[in-house]
Amino acid sequence: MAAAALARYRITFGKTQAMRFTGHLDLHRTWERTFRRAGLPLAYSEGFNPHPKINIGAALPLGCLSRGDLIDAWLEHGVESHEVAASLRRAAPPGIEIEAVTLIPPAEPVLQGQIEASVYQVTSDDFPAAAEMSRRIEALMAAEHLPRVRRGKIYDLRPLVEALEYDSDGAMLRMRLTARQGAAGRPEEVLHALGLNSAEALAVRTGLVLATRNESPAPA
Amino acid sequence: MSPSMSPAEIERALERILPAVQKPGRYTGGELNQVVKDWQAVPTRVALAFPDVYDLGMSNLGLAVLYDILNQRPDVVAERVFSPWPDMEAALRQAGIPLYSLETKHALRQFDLIGISLPYETLYTNTLNLLDLAGIPLRTAERGIDDPVLLGGGHATYNPEPMAEFFDAFAIGEGEELMLEVVEVVRRWRASGQPRTDLHRALARIWGVYVPALYQAVHAADGTLERVEALAPEAPTRVTKRIVAHLPPPPTRFVVPYIDVTHNRVAVEIMRGCTRGCRFCQAGMITRPVRERSVEAIVDAIDEALRHTGYEEVALLSLSSSDYDEVLPLVRAVRHRFAGRHLNLSLPSLRIESFSVELMDLLQGESHRSGFTLAPEAATERMREIINKPVSTAQVLETARQIYAHGWHTIKLYFMIGHPQETLEDVQAIVDLCRSVLAVGREVIGPRAKVTAGVSTFVPKPHTPFQWVPCDTVEQIRAKQTLLKQALRGPGLKLNWNNPEETMLEAWLSRGDRRMGQVIYRAWRNGARFDAWQEHFRMDAWQAAFAEAGLDPAFYTHRERPIDEPLPWDHIDAAVRKEFLTEDYLWSQRGQTRVDCRERCFACGILPRFADLRRLNPGDVWECPEVRSPKRIPEPSQMAGAWRVEAVAVDGGHPALRPTEGLSVSRS
Repeated sequence: MAAAALARYRITFGKTQAMRFTGHLDLHRTWERTFRRAGLPLAYSEGFNPHPKINIGAALPLGCLSRGDLIDAWLEHGVESHEVAASLRRAAPPGIEIEAVTLIPPAEPVLQGQIEASVYQVTSDDFPAAAEMSRRIEALMAAEHLPRVRRGKIYDLRPLVEALEYDSDGAMLRMRLTARQGAAGRPEEVLHALGLNSAEALAVRTGLVLATRNESPAPA
Repeated sequence: MSPSMSPAEIERALERILPAVQKPGRYTGGELNQVVKDWQAVPTRVALAFPDVYDLGMSNLGLAVLYDILNQRPDVVAERVFSPWPDMEAALRQAGIPLYSLETKHALRQFDLIGISLPYETLYTNTLNLLDLAGIPLRTAERGIDDPVLLGGGHATYNPEPMAEFFDAFAIGEGEELMLEVVEVVRRWRASGQPRTDLHRALARIWGVYVPALYQAVHAADGTLERVEALAPEAPTRVTKRIVAHLPPPPTRFVVPYIDVTHNRVAVEIMRGCTRGCRFCQAGMITRPVRERSVEAIVDAIDEALRHTGYEEVALLSLSSSDYDEVLPLVRAVRHRFAGRHLNLSLPSLRIESFSVELMDLLQGESHRSGFTLAPEAATERMREIINKPVSTAQVLETARQIYAHGWHTIKLYFMIGHPQETLEDVQAIVDLCRSVLAVGREVIGPRAKVTAGVSTFVPKPHTPFQWVPCDTVEQIRAKQTLLKQALRGPGLKLNWNNPEETMLEAWLSRGDRRMGQVIYRAWRNGARFDAWQEHFRMDAWQAAFAEAGLDPAFYTHRERPIDEPLPWDHIDAAVRKEFLTEDYLWSQRGQTRVDCRERCFACGILPRFADLRRLNPGDVWECPEVRSPKRIPEPSQMAGAWRVEAVAVDGGHPALRPTEGLSVSRS
């Protein structure tokens, strides 16, 4: 079968509740099962060990919530986008909120390759006073390098932090972190670099920034 | 520990600790298909606990069956509880959070009834730990009227004595109907405000329920058991196991975990019981009679379960799939209905014959073929006759040839060492057979052929023809394993084996008596947990526990028990007569085998015990011969030892259907 016959959809969704503890691989399975329960004709790769054609945009650190999260999925044949959305909403497990479904051109480049950055909002009961937060943020942004160790490897966090600001009204830290393949900033690493305790913080990834368009559709 | 924390308080406290533990998805609940009811509106709250980690517990079909049955009742809620992994245990203890249910985060102590699943013995220390984490007194004698009722069930409880002092009651046998009767007794008792003794007496009236507090074990000076005495009129001399006449509809609304667990699949029990009579196999003896589900019921259940779960894997479970009457039509129907859906279908426990290869070929179609498993259990024909798994070596090799020829590259061969009368020649034969199978594979498919030998160690189990035999010592096991490790190596060969010390633990516990409770308690105090997990198993904790309790572990494992010695589980009646087991043990010593009992009834004891039930459920529902003799009421003298007391009336219950003794049986 020619791959051109398949229909490609981009699904915008959010991770809520306990779904935040479902890791990248398990999220893949969660989507496959959701499509199966929805009765949608999910396409599979050909070959000896077929895999469902689902492509997750950007891995989310375990424990983070999300909005405007993205996956691409291929169906065996075209189904109206609104029908796909309705079927997925009925079949989704607690913790997956379907925000939007759009049919996209099959030839569009792979999703991961289009993602440039991710935007996070972090809240915590533990943040110091606004003046202190501003001082730390300024110091971080002024630094030329921020060498950090993750999984035994040294890397520079500083170029991955594109923007960082503190909203003292909402006691909320906003950050825009590079999210290219092989170079993705993690919110808890930024917290550590700010001298903050990540265990007490709750991070929500509120959107992904794509090269070909603006931020992913914002939730209604 | 503050057992009185409210669900909201527990939830808040969890938010702080979950991000820091491994696999937090084990502890959140909230999964697809979980059942949540209004706590205040439901009179009886049951916690179903599996005392091992979530990943294993969520893969247990028994738990899913009871969860489904209990939650179908509007007046009952059942919620799940599992053992926290050691990192989570430490976090819970440090934060002072009591063990809680996944669905509504109620402290375990707030439930009326806790059903604890004990399919194997190495869950005993985890059971104590679970109670401790919940702030519930460990011993029944220490629990008051506000504490939950503790009910144990599962195959390990066919010898309930080692855990006797910790449980209010044990469910011996099948729980589908019994569980609802227990719930009813517990509901009435909780409402009555009467002392726990009243609860115990009422529970003892239920067919299949054993209440250990109503019995006393008397030991002789040499440590052997003299007798077990019933201490109350409600307590039957022998507790007959519970069975259901028909297998009820299987569960289809499986809870789908957020994380990858041990088995991520739809599981359907196609048949219960086994007619083969392998002498080492406890499951084969205690799950009789054989009852099958219809092909239609199985296929419909799979279809429904796939719609509810979206799983990509389906397992058709039984002790011996090849023996399912309509196995070919079943496989055809499953293929026909589910082909092209990218499903991984499995049919474990197939006989060693070429027909099994045809079945798997048909079932799996074009899908990926990993390994094909055969379980000869022993490698010489002599040994296979002793254990009553007669199959010729020629047949093993011919089946292997078919498997390789049909596209499988790896054959997994399961064996046990430590069978009665085993010599080093029998162990060497395992090596020879594996090499012969590999040679066949090379002939058929060349160097891609592989053989994996899984060699476990035999542990004699209660209610089997081998319940009297001594178990190999650690030294004997090591010598046999050394032989295997040295000889079973080379390209295409792989060997898996068990740690002999873990085998010892299983052996001590499976034939333990009431005094073993002291050992289990002390081992837990010494830090034993997750005994089934190699990385957590602590032999030192157990050895110290035996020393502290003044008991000799070898007494339980390495002694050949005389045929006439009272056994700690003799008052538990699995409905297979001790005379039958004795005869079968003697036959094994002569290498005499029995054919499949679908061919000929050997009067194991099931039919006389459940004659009424069989008479009322004629036909193919059971594989046992039909009972046609007129119903007659047994004399009171004949009733001794059998079911004697009226059960509590529950909706749909049939008080007339009680096991009886001494009825004649006709054979078709």
